[in-house]
Amino acid sequence: MAGGTGGGETIMATSATAHAHAGPQGFIRKYIFSLDHKVIGIQYFFLALTAVFVGMFLSLLMRIHLIAPLASLPLVGEIKPETYLSLLTMHGTIMVFFVLTTAPQGGFGNYFLPIQIGAPDMAFPVLNMLSFWTTFVGFVVIIAAFFVQGGAPLHGWTGYPPLSAVQSAGPGEGLGADLWITSIAIFCLASLMGALNFLTTTLDMRAKGMTMMRMPLTVWSWFITAILGLLAFGVLLTAGILLLMDRNLGTSFYVPQIIVNGQIMLHKGGSPLLWQHLFWFFGHPEVYIAILPGMGVTSQILSTFSRKPIFGYKAMVYAMLAIGFFGFMVWGHHMFMSGMSPYSAFAFSLLTMCIGVPSAIKTFNWLGTMYKARIRFQTPMLYAIGFVSLFVSGGLSGPFLAQPVLDIQLHDTYFVVGHFHLIMGVAAIFGMFAATYYWFPKMFGRMMNETWGRIHFFITLIGTYAIFMPMHYLGMAGGTRRYSQYTEVAYLQKLMPIHQFMTYAAIITIAAQFIFVINLFWSMFKGPKASDNPWEATTLEWTTATPPPHDNFGGVTPVVHNGPYEYGVPGAARDFVMQTDPPVASSGH
Amino acid sequence: MGLALLVVIWLITLASTYFFVAKSWLPVGASAAAGFMDGQFHLTLIIMGVVFLAAQLSLGYLAWRYREQPSSPPVAYSHGNVKLEVIWTALTTILFVGLNLMGSSVWAAQRFEPAGPGAVQVEVTGMQFAWYFRYPGPDGKFGGTSIKLMDPSAGGEAAVGLDTSDPASKDDVVTGTMYLPVDREVDVSLRSVDVIHSFFVPNLRFKQDAVPGLNIHLHFKPTAVGEYEIACAELCGLGHYKMHGMVHVVSQEDFDKWLAAREAEKQ
Repeated sequence: MAGGTGGGETIMATSATAHAHAGPQGFIRKYIFSLDHKVIGIQYFFLALTAVFVGMFLSLLMRIHLIAPLASLPLVGEIKPETYLSLLTMHGTIMVFFVLTTAPQGGFGNYFLPIQIGAPDMAFPVLNMLSFWTTFVGFVVIIAAFFVQGGAPLHGWTGYPPLSAVQSAGPGEGLGADLWITSIAIFCLASLMGALNFLTTTLDMRAKGMTMMRMPLTVWSWFITAILGLLAFGVLLTAGILLLMDRNLGTSFYVPQIIVNGQIMLHKGGSPLLWQHLFWFFGHPEVYIAILPGMGVTSQILSTFSRKPIFGYKAMVYAMLAIGFFGFMVWGHHMFMSGMSPYSAFAFSLLTMCIGVPSAIKTFNWLGTMYKARIRFQTPMLYAIGFVSLFVSGGLSGPFLAQPVLDIQLHDTYFVVGHFHLIMGVAAIFGMFAATYYWFPKMFGRMMNETWGRIHFFITLIGTYAIFMPMHYLGMAGGTRRYSQYTEVAYLQKLMPIHQFMTYAAIITIAAQFIFVINLFWSMFKGPKASDNPWEATTLEWTTATPPPHDNFGGVTPVVHNGPYEYGVPGAARDFVMQTDPPVASSGH
Repeated sequence: MGLALLVVIWLITLASTYFFVAKSWLPVGASAAAGFMDGQFHLTLIIMGVVFLAAQLSLGYLAWRYREQPSSPPVAYSHGNVKLEVIWTALTTILFVGLNLMGSSVWAAQRFEPAGPGAVQVEVTGMQFAWYFRYPGPDGKFGGTSIKLMDPSAGGEAAVGLDTSDPASKDDVVTGTMYLPVDREVDVSLRSVDVIHSFFVPNLRFKQDAVPGLNIHLHFKPTAVGEYEIACAELCGLGHYKMHGMVHVVSQEDFDKWLAAREAEKQ
């Protein structure tokens, strides 16, 4: 630990003490209702792990049903069209909220943001605990939707009214749909609390010397994600409350005069497009909420394992800020076919193309980081490289969909399903895998198995491409999405061989995920003990003990002298200079 | 490990590219806009394909070329290159924005201007889970409809709630199959009575959501005689997968005969 004790540090230490809270006593305060951001991070991680297996199981049932519509399946029996749509709705909702939003931000962000900026905990530990347990309640509520009368809703994760606003519009649109929207509202509350905590912590609790431009890119990504969350979840919460009112109190925010099942509804004058605007005003930033932390961890890992500074640190920060900024101005590209003004499509389309530019900058910089490097290929690095590959593949289908004239053909086809699964689904998941393999030693004090990590990586990379790349071909051929079976439309029947291929690929890929889970739990107890800095990395979490003590740095406040990615510094004793080491000439960027 | 990555990433890239180009995936185009749209699609495909190949192949190559070996030279200690960043940013901006502007003319022609005066009028109504098509008949005027008169289970005129007391509705024809004359502009007026549906005819390169409460006007021109499938493209409930219909594009002569026969049936 470098640095003397100047006046400034004394003040820092005092303010840190003021934030610190007493160490936990019994089991319940230590592991269940813990105020420690590290325990809360792990709780979020395991909640997301549970959710991802539920979501994945639902997708497995969907894929099998698509190629064998009449087969009877375990746990669910014969899958009727409405059952399929319930699986689809719950798969999307669980994955987007309880996996893609929960693990990268709530899980890894919670655990590592305070440590990476040299803070003893989050700014508001009680609020942090409340965020997690609120998220947990949200998860219980959405799972409950499976078990109520009529089952889970069938309106898709986007829940477009009037289908989602009228109880008689289909099976599952009764209590199941109420639970669905209630769960989302609860989740929004939890995310708002989390976002406030992340923002305050980043702005107020950085150690001495940790200037904004010395923050690791992971911290930047969590910080920007928190800004997006603060602005987006409030809108979804409001939209959700209005939907609940339309459903149960007879209001007409989203529903005009309609007739369902021969019954004229009492609603009048509402606009179905209002929901779409509100939903996508949240929904598009949500895509970046899911992917930004993956970008952060990929940058961190690529630099660490390339043994080189990240290429264009400032450009990376500005690119993420630009993505966050533009992310709020492109929601209309989900609505080119919705009946909104065709003039506005022009603006949304142009802005959407603009958001491709910072994404291209990031890719360019990742490749630049690997150029003239000395790359080490431990599992975290494999997943970071996989992230870049998937991000490119998923990103390049964006400029098709961003052009309204091409969206006429591609909207609501499998082309879109392939696009968003590659980029916000699997790329984000690869970010989480990278983060898990990278930070596992710090979190649990042991190393994960490398051989099984590599096997898991190669099967998962090839498998995900085999599942999601063919979706683009299907979409180009006009393959519509959200069909429970492809038996009724002649041109869709001809595409069945592609569906069969995708289903087989999905079965293999899903099976391979058990390698990960077994590796995770086995290593937690039996893996070789990890040193404090097994990857020879530079950021603050690697300066402290493994696993970190209750207040993260054992009563000491770290002092930062260097930028986050000082690898291969000419003339340095080692090939890496930690952030707390004496300053190198070019530090601070 | 560097070599394994190179092989796997290159194979995935080449296999994906092969299937993009090995087959013409787009359905046969049968409308006036199809030529331009397909051209724009293929241009985008080529540009994105080149970027895809360049990025993925370099990723695999860099992983293999700069793997750590005992003989590796020290890394190039660099925090980046502002000039390269600026060039790269400018290039992608021009490329993306240019592509966008190129594609906008057809969108404008189809959506900013109304159909010409000689266009065939068809009202398309979506409901769980069927499409109905209404022609105004010889008077060229659609009669009134009312939600109070709607009986979706009855089908036909009753399903769209045709007000038979309106003189203009006397010669309106309502069918479950869409007939269109070839090479004539079609003025579609699209509506839904219950939830959102989407009227999608892949061969005609036509898609538009049907939204309850809105009456959306769009136009297109079929250019080839044939039978084309309609597939609902917006999730509308448990029967979404079977909300299917047919468009018959026929000669003007056959279209007139068909319409006359429907009028005769009505009398």
